[in-house]
Amino acid sequence: MNGISVWSISLVAVFALVMVGLYGLLIMRNLIKIVVSLQVFAKGTILVMVVAGGMQGQLAVGSSLAVTVIVADTVVTVIALALAIQVRRYCGTLDSRAISSLKR
Amino acid sequence: MAVQALVLASMLLCAVQAIRSDRLLVSAIWLAGCSALLGLALAVLGAPEVGVIELSVGAGLVTVIFVFAISIAGEEPASYRSFVPRSLARVLMGLFLILLVFLAVPRAVAPALAPQSLTVVRAIWEIRALDTLLQVTLIFCGVLGSLGLLAEPRVSVSAAKGGAQ
Repeated sequence: MNGISVWSISLVAVFALVMVGLYGLLIMRNLIKIVVSLQVFAKGTILVMVVAGGMQGQLAVGSSLAVTVIVADTVVTVIALALAIQVRRYCGTLDSRAISSLKR
Repeated sequence: MAVQALVLASMLLCAVQAIRSDRLLVSAIWLAGCSALLGLALAVLGAPEVGVIELSVGAGLVTVIFVFAISIAGEEPASYRSFVPRSLARVLMGLFLILLVFLAVPRAVAPALAPQSLTVVRAIWEIRALDTLLQVTLIFCGVLGSLGLLAEPRVSVSAAKGGAQ
């Protein structure tokens, strides 16, 4: 019973994390803040992998999938931040609306 | 269980502050706190390997990269007016939450499979060996991509001479 409660609390935390990340992705226009929101979203994904594995008695498989998510998320973050720096260099701002001015 | 609830609540607080904060550097620090608390929560849940990786990569490496990017790009106020109205964003969030609960809860209460006596190391290196290889490739692609994107544009010798004259 105690174990089930811990997993349930973690699942609620996953929902909350994903909601916070999604809200940030919807309302942010600063490119670096968008990456921060994406990171929060990905943290929910990492937690849900472990929680799903633990609930089904396959914690090792869930953990290995969580490691994969961490690696992929880090690479995406690095590339996204490098792109944000390039946008700042060419457009002089981090506003995501400035990207539309790159169209020729 | 109280410890886990406390850690998860603190993690959520850090996540909300990371989104709400107007200064980018402060936002990155809150995100690092969120990562560190997630690592702790994973360790309490029985996945200390993932917790350690999250702590070192999420709270360490990613924070350093964020601070580096903010120092290059410069601190810029994050308070632009959003494209999506906040009320619409909240409605979309509510719909997404309903969808998430509808999809996740029936699976969460489903009977568990037969537990496997499998270690994380064996799962990563033997069962998912191909995935691990692809992850290494992904890391190399990420490094090469970020180096290519961060490189200064190369000025040719003739253009430099022309500029000097």
